[in-house]
Amino acid sequence: MNDLIKYAPDLAAGFLVNVELSLVCAVLSLIAGTVLVSLRVAPTPVLRTAAATYINIVRNTPLTLVLAFSALGLSDTLGLSFSKEPSTNAFWLVVLGLSAYTASFVAETLRSGINTVPLGQAEAARAIGLTFFQSLRMIILPQAFRAVIAPLGSVIIAMIKNTTVAMAAGYLAESAFVMKDTFDDTGVSIPIFIGLVLAFMAITLPVGFLAGRLARRLAVVR
Amino acid sequence: MTETGGSTPLVKLEGVNKHFGTLHVLKDIDLDVQRGEVVVVIGPSGGGKSTLCRVINRLETIDSGTITFDGRELPAEGKALARLRSEVGMVFQSFNLFSHKTILENVTLGPIKVRGISRQQAEQRGMELLERVGIASQAGKYPAQLSGGQQQRTAIARALAMDPKMILFDEPTSALDPEMVQEVLDVMVTLARDGMTMMVVTHEMGFARRAANRVVFMADGQVVEQGPPAEFFTRPSTDRARDFLSKILTH
Ligand SMILES: Nc1ncnc2c1ncn2[C@@H]1O[C@H](COP(=O)(O)OP(=O)(O)OP(=O)(O)O)[C@@H](O)[C@H]1O
Ligand SMILES: [Mg+2]
Repeated sequence: MNDLIKYAPDLAAGFLVNVELSLVCAVLSLIAGTVLVSLRVAPTPVLRTAAATYINIVRNTPLTLVLAFSALGLSDTLGLSFSKEPSTNAFWLVVLGLSAYTASFVAETLRSGINTVPLGQAEAARAIGLTFFQSLRMIILPQAFRAVIAPLGSVIIAMIKNTTVAMAAGYLAESAFVMKDTFDDTGVSIPIFIGLVLAFMAITLPVGFLAGRLARRLAVVR
Repeated sequence: MTETGGSTPLVKLEGVNKHFGTLHVLKDIDLDVQRGEVVVVIGPSGGGKSTLCRVINRLETIDSGTITFDGRELPAEGKALARLRSEVGMVFQSFNLFSHKTILENVTLGPIKVRGISRQQAEQRGMELLERVGIASQAGKYPAQLSGGQQQRTAIARALAMDPKMILFDEPTSALDPEMVQEVLDVMVTLARDGMTMMVVTHEMGFARRAANRVVFMADGQVVEQGPPAEFFTRPSTDRARDFLSKILTH
Protein backbone atom coordinates (compact mmCIF):
# COMPACT_ATOMS: atom_id res chain seq x y z
CA MET A 1 0.00 0.00 0.00
CA ASN A 2 2.85 2.36 0.84
CA ASP A 3 4.30 1.74 -2.61
CA LEU A 4 1.06 2.82 -4.21
CA ILE A 5 1.04 6.07 -2.25
CA LYS A 6 4.73 6.74 -2.80
CA TYR A 7 4.63 6.19 -6.55
CA ALA A 8 1.11 7.55 -7.05
CA PRO A 9 2.17 10.88 -8.59
CA ASP A 10 4.36 9.17 -11.21
CA LEU A 11 1.72 6.60 -11.94
CA ALA A 12 -0.97 9.27 -12.20
CA ALA A 13 1.18 11.29 -14.60
CA GLY A 14 1.70 8.11 -16.62
CA PHE A 15 -1.97 7.35 -16.61
CA LEU A 16 -2.68 10.84 -17.87
CA VAL A 17 -0.54 9.97 -20.91
CA ASN A 18 -2.78 6.93 -21.52
CA VAL A 19 -5.82 9.17 -21.34
CA GLU A 20 -4.32 11.70 -23.75
CA LEU A 21 -3.33 8.95 -26.17
CA SER A 22 -6.82 7.48 -25.92
CA LEU A 23 -8.56 10.77 -26.70
CA VAL A 24 -6.37 11.69 -29.65
CA CYS A 25 -6.35 8.17 -31.11
CA ALA A 26 -10.12 7.76 -30.70
CA VAL A 27 -10.78 10.86 -32.77
CA LEU A 28 -8.14 10.08 -35.40
CA SER A 29 -9.00 6.40 -35.78
CA LEU A 30 -12.72 7.14 -36.15
CA ILE A 31 -11.98 9.67 -38.87
CA ALA A 32 -9.40 7.51 -40.63
CA GLY A 33 -11.61 4.41 -40.30
CA THR A 34 -14.50 6.26 -41.92
CA VAL A 35 -12.30 7.37 -44.80
CA LEU A 36 -10.94 3.81 -45.15
CA VAL A 37 -14.35 2.18 -45.29
CA SER A 38 -15.52 4.76 -47.83
CA LEU A 39 -12.68 3.73 -50.11
CA ARG A 40 -13.28 0.07 -49.25
CA VAL A 41 -16.83 0.22 -50.69
CA ALA A 42 -16.15 2.75 -53.47
CA PRO A 43 -17.17 1.82 -57.02
CA THR A 44 -13.60 2.31 -58.28
CA PRO A 45 -11.73 -1.03 -58.11
CA VAL A 46 -8.34 0.62 -57.46
CA LEU A 47 -9.61 2.40 -54.36
CA ARG A 48 -11.38 -0.72 -53.10
CA THR A 49 -8.31 -2.89 -53.54
CA ALA A 50 -5.99 -0.33 -51.95
CA ALA A 51 -8.23 0.02 -48.89
CA ALA A 52 -8.75 -3.74 -48.56
CA THR A 53 -5.01 -4.35 -48.77
CA TYR A 54 -4.26 -1.76 -46.12
CA ILE A 55 -6.96 -3.04 -43.78
CA ASN A 56 -5.91 -6.66 -44.12
CA ILE A 57 -2.24 -6.00 -43.58
CA VAL A 58 -2.59 -3.64 -40.64
CA ARG A 59 -5.39 -5.54 -38.92
CA ASN A 60 -3.41 -8.77 -39.02
CA THR A 61 -0.12 -7.33 -37.80
CA PRO A 62 0.58 -7.41 -34.04
CA LEU A 63 0.26 -3.93 -32.58
CA THR A 64 3.77 -4.01 -31.13
CA LEU A 65 5.13 -4.50 -34.65
CA VAL A 66 2.99 -1.66 -36.02
CA LEU A 67 4.34 0.61 -33.29
CA ALA A 68 7.89 -0.60 -33.79
CA PHE A 69 7.50 0.16 -37.50
CA SER A 70 6.16 3.58 -36.64
CA ALA A 71 9.23 4.25 -34.46
CA LEU A 72 12.00 2.42 -36.25
CA GLY A 73 10.79 2.46 -39.84
CA LEU A 74 9.10 5.83 -40.16
CA SER A 75 11.00 7.78 -37.56
CA ASP A 76 14.54 6.39 -37.41
CA THR A 77 14.93 5.22 -41.01
CA LEU A 78 12.77 7.63 -42.97
CA GLY A 79 13.41 10.51 -40.62
CA LEU A 80 9.82 11.31 -39.71
CA SER A 81 9.91 13.55 -36.66
CA PHE A 82 7.10 15.31 -34.85
CA SER A 83 9.21 17.11 -32.26
CA LYS A 84 12.79 17.61 -31.01
CA GLU A 85 11.58 16.64 -27.55
CA PRO A 86 11.96 12.81 -27.46
CA SER A 87 8.91 12.13 -25.30
CA THR A 88 6.71 14.40 -27.44
CA ASN A 89 8.05 12.74 -30.56
CA ALA A 90 7.38 9.30 -29.07
CA PHE A 91 3.85 10.39 -28.13
CA TRP A 92 2.98 11.33 -31.71
CA LEU A 93 4.64 8.22 -33.15
CA VAL A 94 2.40 6.14 -30.89
CA VAL A 95 -0.61 8.21 -31.95
CA LEU A 96 0.27 7.54 -35.58
CA GLY A 97 0.79 3.81 -35.13
CA LEU A 98 -2.13 3.17 -32.80
CA SER A 99 -4.54 5.27 -34.89
CA ALA A 100 -3.46 3.57 -38.11
CA TYR A 101 -3.93 0.21 -36.41
CA THR A 102 -7.29 1.00 -34.79
CA ALA A 103 -8.61 2.63 -37.98
CA SER A 104 -8.53 -0.74 -39.72
CA PHE A 105 -10.78 -2.21 -37.02
CA VAL A 106 -13.08 0.81 -37.17
CA ALA A 107 -13.30 0.38 -40.95
CA GLU A 108 -14.20 -3.31 -40.71
CA THR A 109 -16.77 -2.61 -38.00
CA LEU A 110 -18.35 0.13 -40.12
CA ARG A 111 -18.38 -2.17 -43.11
CA SER A 112 -20.44 -4.70 -41.20
CA GLY A 113 -22.71 -1.76 -40.33
CA ILE A 114 -23.04 -0.87 -44.00
CA ASN A 115 -24.12 -4.44 -44.66
CA THR A 116 -27.09 -3.95 -42.33
CA VAL A 117 -28.39 -1.03 -44.41
CA PRO A 118 -30.92 -2.33 -46.96
CA LEU A 119 -29.88 -1.98 -50.61
CA GLY A 120 -33.05 0.01 -51.26
CA GLN A 121 -31.65 2.92 -49.24
CA ALA A 122 -28.73 3.34 -51.61
CA GLU A 123 -30.97 2.87 -54.64
CA ALA A 124 -33.39 5.53 -53.44
CA ALA A 125 -30.44 7.86 -52.81
CA ARG A 126 -29.08 7.28 -56.30
CA ALA A 127 -32.55 7.66 -57.78
CA ILE A 128 -32.89 11.24 -56.50
CA GLY A 129 -29.53 12.11 -58.03
CA LEU A 130 -27.07 11.82 -55.15
CA THR A 131 -23.59 10.77 -56.25
CA PHE A 132 -21.99 7.69 -54.71
CA PHE A 133 -20.06 9.59 -52.05
CA GLN A 134 -23.03 11.83 -51.26
CA SER A 135 -25.27 8.86 -50.67
CA LEU A 136 -22.54 7.20 -48.61
CA ARG A 137 -22.12 10.30 -46.45
CA MET A 138 -25.77 11.30 -46.06
CA ILE A 139 -27.66 8.03 -46.19
CA ILE A 140 -25.51 4.91 -45.77
CA LEU A 141 -22.85 5.84 -43.21
CA PRO A 142 -25.21 7.58 -40.76
CA GLN A 143 -27.31 4.41 -40.64
CA ALA A 144 -24.23 2.16 -40.56
CA PHE A 145 -22.79 4.09 -37.60
CA ARG A 146 -25.97 3.75 -35.61
CA ALA A 147 -26.04 0.03 -36.28
CA VAL A 148 -22.53 -0.54 -34.90
CA ILE A 149 -22.23 1.90 -31.99
CA ALA A 150 -21.89 -0.96 -29.49
CA PRO A 151 -19.17 -2.85 -31.44
CA LEU A 152 -17.41 0.47 -32.11
CA GLY A 153 -17.41 0.93 -28.33
CA SER A 154 -15.56 -2.37 -28.03
CA VAL A 155 -13.01 -1.25 -30.61
CA ILE A 156 -12.43 1.95 -28.64
CA ILE A 157 -12.13 0.03 -25.35
CA ALA A 158 -9.52 -2.24 -26.93
CA MET A 159 -7.72 0.85 -28.23
CA ILE A 160 -7.68 2.44 -24.76
CA LYS A 161 -6.09 -0.68 -23.27
CA ASN A 162 -3.69 -0.83 -26.21
CA THR A 163 -2.19 2.52 -25.17
CA THR A 164 -0.20 0.46 -22.64
CA VAL A 165 1.78 -1.09 -25.49
CA ALA A 166 3.14 2.35 -26.33
CA MET A 167 6.61 1.52 -25.09
CA ALA A 168 7.10 -0.49 -28.27
CA ALA A 169 7.46 2.85 -30.04
CA GLY A 170 10.11 4.15 -27.73
CA TYR A 171 10.43 5.89 -24.39
CA LEU A 172 7.04 7.17 -23.36
CA ALA A 173 6.21 7.38 -19.65
CA GLU A 174 2.68 6.03 -19.79
CA SER A 175 1.33 4.13 -16.78
CA ALA A 176 2.27 0.55 -17.74
CA PHE A 177 5.81 1.72 -18.43
CA VAL A 178 5.94 3.56 -15.09
CA MET A 179 4.56 0.49 -13.35
CA LYS A 180 7.19 -1.77 -14.85
CA ASP A 181 9.86 0.77 -13.92
CA THR A 182 8.52 0.89 -10.37
CA PHE A 183 8.45 -2.89 -10.11
CA ASP A 184 12.09 -2.93 -11.17
CA ASP A 185 12.82 -0.73 -8.12
CA THR A 186 10.47 -2.17 -5.53
CA GLY A 187 9.51 -5.60 -6.74
CA VAL A 188 5.99 -6.47 -7.71
CA SER A 189 3.39 -4.50 -5.77
CA ILE A 190 -0.15 -5.86 -5.87
CA PRO A 191 -1.76 -2.56 -4.75
CA ILE A 192 -0.09 -0.68 -7.63
CA PHE A 193 -1.26 -3.36 -10.00
CA ILE A 194 -4.85 -3.21 -8.77
CA GLY A 195 -4.77 0.58 -8.66
CA LEU A 196 -3.92 0.73 -12.36
CA VAL A 197 -6.51 -1.85 -13.32
CA LEU A 198 -9.14 0.20 -11.49
CA ALA A 199 -7.95 3.37 -13.20
CA PHE A 200 -8.40 1.79 -16.62
CA MET A 201 -11.77 0.37 -15.71
CA ALA A 202 -12.80 3.85 -14.62
CA ILE A 203 -12.65 4.91 -18.27
CA THR A 204 -13.40 1.74 -20.19
CA LEU A 205 -16.54 0.79 -18.25
CA PRO A 206 -18.25 4.16 -18.89
CA VAL A 207 -17.25 3.96 -22.57
CA GLY A 208 -18.97 0.60 -22.86
CA PHE A 209 -21.98 1.79 -20.89
CA LEU A 210 -22.31 4.95 -22.96
CA ALA A 211 -21.96 3.01 -26.22
CA GLY A 212 -24.72 0.65 -25.14
CA ARG A 213 -27.04 3.50 -24.25
CA LEU A 214 -26.33 5.43 -27.45
CA ALA A 215 -26.84 2.28 -29.49
CA ARG A 216 -30.32 1.89 -28.03
CA ARG A 217 -31.20 5.55 -28.29
CA LEU A 218 -30.00 6.10 -31.85
CA ALA A 219 -31.10 2.75 -33.31
CA VAL A 220 -32.68 3.20 -36.73
CA VAL A 221 -36.23 1.87 -36.69
CA ARG A 222 -37.22 0.26 -39.99
CA MET B 1 -28.27 14.47 -81.04
CA THR B 2 -29.46 17.96 -80.13
CA GLU B 3 -33.13 17.46 -81.00
CA THR B 4 -35.47 18.72 -78.29
CA GLY B 5 -39.03 19.92 -78.08
CA GLY B 6 -42.42 18.31 -77.72
CA SER B 7 -42.43 16.10 -80.79
CA THR B 8 -39.71 13.63 -79.82
CA PRO B 9 -40.54 10.93 -77.28
CA LEU B 10 -39.29 11.60 -73.76
CA VAL B 11 -37.88 8.08 -73.51
CA LYS B 12 -36.78 5.95 -76.43
CA LEU B 13 -35.46 2.41 -76.08
CA GLU B 14 -34.00 0.84 -79.21
CA GLY B 15 -32.82 -2.74 -79.42
CA VAL B 16 -32.15 -2.91 -75.68
CA ASN B 17 -30.72 -6.16 -74.34
CA LYS B 18 -29.93 -7.05 -70.76
CA HIS B 19 -28.60 -10.24 -69.20
CA PHE B 20 -28.20 -11.33 -65.61
CA GLY B 21 -25.46 -13.90 -66.08
CA THR B 22 -26.90 -16.30 -68.63
CA LEU B 23 -30.47 -15.14 -68.05
CA HIS B 24 -31.68 -12.97 -70.94
CA VAL B 25 -33.95 -10.53 -69.12
CA LEU B 26 -34.61 -7.86 -71.76
CA LYS B 27 -34.71 -9.07 -75.36
CA ASP B 28 -34.39 -6.46 -78.09
CA ILE B 29 -36.78 -4.02 -76.48
CA ASP B 30 -38.04 -1.13 -78.61
CA LEU B 31 -40.28 1.22 -76.69
CA ASP B 32 -41.15 4.91 -76.68
CA VAL B 33 -42.79 6.94 -73.97
CA GLN B 34 -44.26 10.25 -75.11
CA ARG B 35 -44.31 13.37 -72.97
CA GLY B 36 -47.34 13.38 -70.71
CA GLU B 37 -48.06 9.75 -71.46
CA VAL B 38 -48.98 7.21 -68.78
CA VAL B 39 -47.76 3.73 -69.65
CA VAL B 40 -48.79 0.77 -67.54
CA VAL B 41 -46.56 -2.29 -67.74
CA ILE B 42 -48.06 -5.64 -66.82
CA GLY B 43 -47.01 -9.23 -67.22
CA PRO B 44 -46.08 -12.41 -65.41
CA SER B 45 -43.52 -12.47 -62.60
CA GLY B 46 -39.94 -12.56 -63.81
CA GLY B 47 -40.89 -11.13 -67.20
CA GLY B 48 -38.50 -8.20 -66.84
CA LYS B 49 -40.88 -5.39 -65.83
CA SER B 50 -38.78 -4.12 -62.93
CA THR B 51 -35.63 -4.37 -65.00
CA LEU B 52 -37.28 -2.31 -67.74
CA CYS B 53 -37.99 0.44 -65.23
CA ARG B 54 -34.55 0.27 -63.70
CA VAL B 55 -32.63 0.57 -66.95
CA ILE B 56 -34.38 3.86 -67.70
CA ASN B 57 -32.65 5.62 -64.79
CA ARG B 58 -29.67 3.33 -65.10
CA LEU B 59 -30.04 1.58 -61.76
CA GLU B 60 -29.23 -1.34 -64.08
CA THR B 61 -26.85 -1.05 -67.01
CA ILE B 62 -27.70 -2.53 -70.40
CA ASP B 63 -25.61 -4.86 -72.59
CA SER B 64 -26.58 -3.48 -75.99
CA GLY B 65 -28.96 -1.07 -77.64
CA THR B 66 -29.57 2.57 -76.81
CA ILE B 67 -31.77 4.46 -74.41
CA THR B 68 -32.34 8.14 -74.97
CA PHE B 69 -33.99 10.39 -72.44
CA ASP B 70 -35.18 13.83 -73.49
CA GLY B 71 -33.21 13.58 -76.72
CA ARG B 72 -29.90 12.51 -75.18
CA GLU B 73 -28.39 9.10 -74.66
CA LEU B 74 -28.18 8.05 -71.01
CA PRO B 75 -24.84 9.09 -69.50
CA ALA B 76 -22.69 6.20 -68.31
CA GLU B 77 -21.62 7.51 -64.93
CA GLY B 78 -20.56 10.39 -62.74
CA LYS B 79 -22.18 13.79 -62.39
CA ALA B 80 -24.05 13.56 -65.68
CA LEU B 81 -25.69 10.30 -64.60
CA ALA B 82 -26.61 11.78 -61.22
CA ARG B 83 -28.20 14.73 -63.04
CA LEU B 84 -30.19 12.40 -65.27
CA ARG B 85 -31.45 10.46 -62.26
CA SER B 86 -32.54 13.66 -60.59
CA GLU B 87 -34.82 14.23 -63.60
CA VAL B 88 -36.39 10.76 -63.41
CA GLY B 89 -38.31 10.06 -60.25
CA MET B 90 -38.59 6.53 -58.94
CA VAL B 91 -41.11 5.01 -56.57
CA PHE B 92 -40.27 1.55 -55.27
CA GLN B 93 -42.44 -1.32 -54.13
CA SER B 94 -40.84 -1.20 -50.68
CA PHE B 95 -40.97 2.63 -50.41
CA ASN B 96 -37.27 2.92 -49.50
CA LEU B 97 -37.72 6.08 -47.48
CA PHE B 98 -34.54 7.16 -45.71
CA SER B 99 -35.11 5.51 -42.33
CA HIS B 100 -33.02 7.92 -40.27
CA LYS B 101 -34.64 11.06 -41.67
CA THR B 102 -38.03 12.59 -40.96
CA ILE B 103 -40.79 12.67 -43.56
CA LEU B 104 -40.05 16.30 -44.38
CA GLU B 105 -36.28 15.64 -44.55
CA ASN B 106 -36.92 12.78 -46.95
CA VAL B 107 -38.66 15.21 -49.25
CA THR B 108 -36.19 18.11 -48.91
CA LEU B 109 -32.88 16.21 -49.10
CA GLY B 110 -32.75 15.99 -52.89
CA PRO B 111 -33.74 19.60 -53.59
CA ILE B 112 -31.17 20.86 -51.03
CA LYS B 113 -28.24 18.56 -51.82
CA VAL B 114 -28.75 17.91 -55.53
CA ARG B 115 -30.46 21.07 -56.74
CA GLY B 116 -28.79 23.45 -54.27
CA ILE B 117 -32.07 25.05 -53.20
CA SER B 118 -32.09 26.84 -49.83
CA ARG B 119 -33.40 24.87 -46.87
CA GLN B 120 -36.16 27.34 -46.24
CA GLN B 121 -37.41 27.20 -49.81
CA ALA B 122 -37.11 23.42 -49.93
CA GLU B 123 -39.09 23.05 -46.72
CA GLN B 124 -41.82 25.33 -47.93
CA ARG B 125 -42.12 23.39 -51.17
CA GLY B 126 -41.82 20.10 -49.27
CA MET B 127 -44.75 21.01 -47.04
CA GLU B 128 -46.82 21.92 -50.10
CA LEU B 129 -46.09 18.52 -51.62
CA LEU B 130 -46.86 16.69 -48.38
CA GLU B 131 -50.11 18.64 -48.27
CA ARG B 132 -50.85 17.55 -51.80
CA VAL B 133 -50.41 13.85 -50.97
CA GLY B 134 -52.31 14.31 -47.71
CA ILE B 135 -49.63 13.76 -45.06
CA ALA B 136 -48.54 17.26 -44.06
CA SER B 137 -49.51 16.50 -40.44
CA GLN B 138 -46.89 13.70 -40.34
CA ALA B 139 -43.97 15.87 -41.51
CA GLY B 140 -41.94 15.54 -38.30
CA LYS B 141 -42.30 11.78 -37.92
CA TYR B 142 -39.94 9.04 -39.03
CA PRO B 143 -40.88 6.60 -41.81
CA ALA B 144 -41.31 3.65 -39.44
CA GLN B 145 -44.01 5.59 -37.57
CA LEU B 146 -46.21 5.82 -40.68
CA SER B 147 -48.51 3.30 -42.34
CA GLY B 148 -47.43 1.76 -45.64
CA GLY B 149 -49.83 3.94 -47.59
CA GLN B 150 -48.50 7.07 -45.92
CA GLN B 151 -44.92 5.97 -46.58
CA GLN B 152 -45.63 5.39 -50.25
CA ARG B 153 -47.28 8.79 -50.56
CA THR B 154 -44.18 10.29 -48.95
CA ALA B 155 -42.08 8.50 -51.54
CA ILE B 156 -44.20 10.05 -54.29
CA ALA B 157 -43.76 13.48 -52.71
CA ARG B 158 -39.99 12.85 -52.53
CA ALA B 159 -39.94 12.09 -56.24
CA LEU B 160 -42.09 15.13 -57.06
CA ALA B 161 -39.82 17.42 -55.04
CA MET B 162 -37.16 17.03 -57.73
CA ASP B 163 -39.55 18.34 -60.41
CA PRO B 164 -38.87 15.25 -62.50
CA LYS B 165 -39.68 15.01 -66.18
CA MET B 166 -40.97 11.52 -65.55
CA ILE B 167 -41.70 9.15 -62.67
CA LEU B 168 -41.15 5.39 -62.72
CA PHE B 169 -43.35 3.31 -60.42
CA ASP B 170 -42.36 -0.30 -59.75
CA GLU B 171 -45.37 -2.05 -58.21
CA PRO B 172 -46.09 0.88 -55.89
CA THR B 173 -49.09 -0.79 -54.21
CA SER B 174 -47.96 -4.43 -54.04
CA ALA B 175 -46.54 -4.17 -50.53
CA LEU B 176 -49.58 -2.37 -49.13
CA ASP B 177 -52.46 -3.66 -47.05
CA PRO B 178 -55.56 -3.71 -49.25
CA GLU B 179 -57.21 -0.79 -47.47
CA MET B 180 -54.27 1.46 -48.29
CA VAL B 181 -54.00 0.71 -51.98
CA GLN B 182 -56.67 3.19 -53.00
CA GLU B 183 -55.14 6.22 -51.25
CA VAL B 184 -51.91 5.71 -53.18
CA LEU B 185 -53.68 5.06 -56.48
CA ASP B 186 -55.72 8.23 -56.00
CA VAL B 187 -52.53 10.28 -55.73
CA MET B 188 -51.19 8.60 -58.85
CA VAL B 189 -54.38 9.23 -60.83
CA THR B 190 -54.22 12.91 -59.91
CA LEU B 191 -50.61 13.03 -61.07
CA ALA B 192 -51.56 11.41 -64.35
CA ARG B 193 -54.39 13.91 -64.86
CA ASP B 194 -51.95 16.76 -64.18
CA GLY B 195 -49.88 15.61 -67.13
CA MET B 196 -46.95 13.83 -65.44
CA THR B 197 -45.18 11.35 -67.69
CA MET B 198 -45.39 8.02 -65.90
CA MET B 199 -44.33 4.44 -66.39
CA VAL B 200 -46.14 2.22 -63.92
CA VAL B 201 -45.57 -1.47 -63.30
CA THR B 202 -48.79 -2.59 -61.64
CA HIS B 203 -51.49 -5.20 -61.71
CA GLU B 204 -54.15 -2.71 -60.66
CA MET B 205 -56.49 -2.94 -63.63
CA GLY B 206 -58.67 -0.18 -62.21
CA PHE B 207 -55.74 2.22 -62.31
CA ALA B 208 -54.80 1.16 -65.83
CA ARG B 209 -58.36 1.74 -67.04
CA ARG B 210 -58.72 5.09 -65.29
CA ALA B 211 -55.33 6.65 -65.95
CA ALA B 212 -53.27 4.82 -68.56
CA ASN B 213 -52.89 5.89 -72.16
CA ARG B 214 -51.28 2.61 -73.04
CA VAL B 215 -50.78 -0.84 -71.58
CA VAL B 216 -47.57 -2.70 -72.34
CA PHE B 217 -47.70 -6.44 -71.80
CA MET B 218 -44.29 -7.96 -71.08
CA ALA B 219 -43.37 -11.61 -70.82
CA ASP B 220 -40.06 -13.45 -71.03
CA GLY B 221 -38.14 -10.24 -71.54
CA GLN B 222 -40.17 -9.15 -74.54
CA VAL B 223 -42.92 -6.65 -75.22
CA VAL B 224 -45.53 -9.12 -76.39
CA GLU B 225 -48.36 -6.72 -77.00
CA GLN B 226 -49.35 -3.12 -76.36
CA GLY B 227 -52.37 -0.91 -76.84
CA PRO B 228 -54.95 1.32 -75.20
CA PRO B 229 -56.26 -0.17 -71.95
CA ALA B 230 -59.88 -0.61 -73.04
CA GLU B 231 -58.76 -2.54 -76.09
CA PHE B 232 -56.08 -4.57 -74.32
CA PHE B 233 -58.31 -5.71 -71.47
CA THR B 234 -61.33 -6.56 -73.61
CA ARG B 235 -59.70 -7.87 -76.77
CA PRO B 236 -56.08 -8.92 -76.18
CA SER B 237 -54.61 -10.02 -79.48
CA THR B 238 -52.09 -12.61 -78.27
CA ASP B 239 -52.69 -15.94 -76.53
CA ARG B 240 -50.02 -15.06 -74.00
CA ALA B 241 -51.88 -11.94 -72.90
CA ARG B 242 -55.28 -13.67 -72.92
CA ASP B 243 -53.87 -16.42 -70.76
CA PHE B 244 -52.31 -13.93 -68.33
CA LEU B 245 -55.46 -11.83 -68.07
CA SER B 246 -57.66 -14.83 -67.40
CA LYS B 247 -55.37 -15.77 -64.52
CA ILE B 248 -55.27 -12.40 -62.81
CA LEU B 249 -58.97 -11.75 -63.32
CA THR B 250 -59.89 -14.91 -61.44
CA HIS B 251 -57.90 -13.66 -58.43
N1 LIG C 1 -29.92 -8.34 -59.71
C1 LIG C 1 -30.29 -9.49 -60.33
N2 LIG C 1 -29.42 -10.51 -60.45
C2 LIG C 1 -29.78 -11.66 -61.06
N3 LIG C 1 -30.98 -11.90 -61.59
C3 LIG C 1 -31.91 -10.91 -61.49
C4 LIG C 1 -31.61 -9.67 -60.85
N4 LIG C 1 -32.71 -8.90 -60.90
C5 LIG C 1 -33.65 -9.62 -61.53
N5 LIG C 1 -33.18 -10.83 -61.90
C6 LIG C 1 -33.91 -11.87 -62.64
O1 LIG C 1 -34.29 -11.29 -63.89
C7 LIG C 1 -35.61 -11.71 -64.23
C8 LIG C 1 -36.47 -10.51 -64.46
O2 LIG C 1 -36.62 -9.84 -63.22
P1 LIG C 1 -37.58 -8.59 -63.01
O3 LIG C 1 -37.47 -8.24 -61.59
O4 LIG C 1 -37.28 -7.54 -64.01
O5 LIG C 1 -39.01 -9.22 -63.32
P2 LIG C 1 -40.43 -8.64 -63.00
O6 LIG C 1 -41.20 -8.72 -64.26
O7 LIG C 1 -40.33 -7.32 -62.37
O8 LIG C 1 -41.01 -9.69 -61.99
P3 LIG C 1 -41.94 -9.48 -60.69
O9 LIG C 1 -43.34 -9.38 -61.19
O10 LIG C 1 -41.71 -10.74 -59.92
O11 LIG C 1 -41.46 -8.27 -59.99
C9 LIG C 1 -36.08 -12.62 -63.11
O12 LIG C 1 -35.90 -13.95 -63.51
C10 LIG C 1 -35.19 -12.27 -61.96
O13 LIG C 1 -34.98 -13.41 -61.14
MG1 LIG D 1 -40.70 -6.58 -60.42
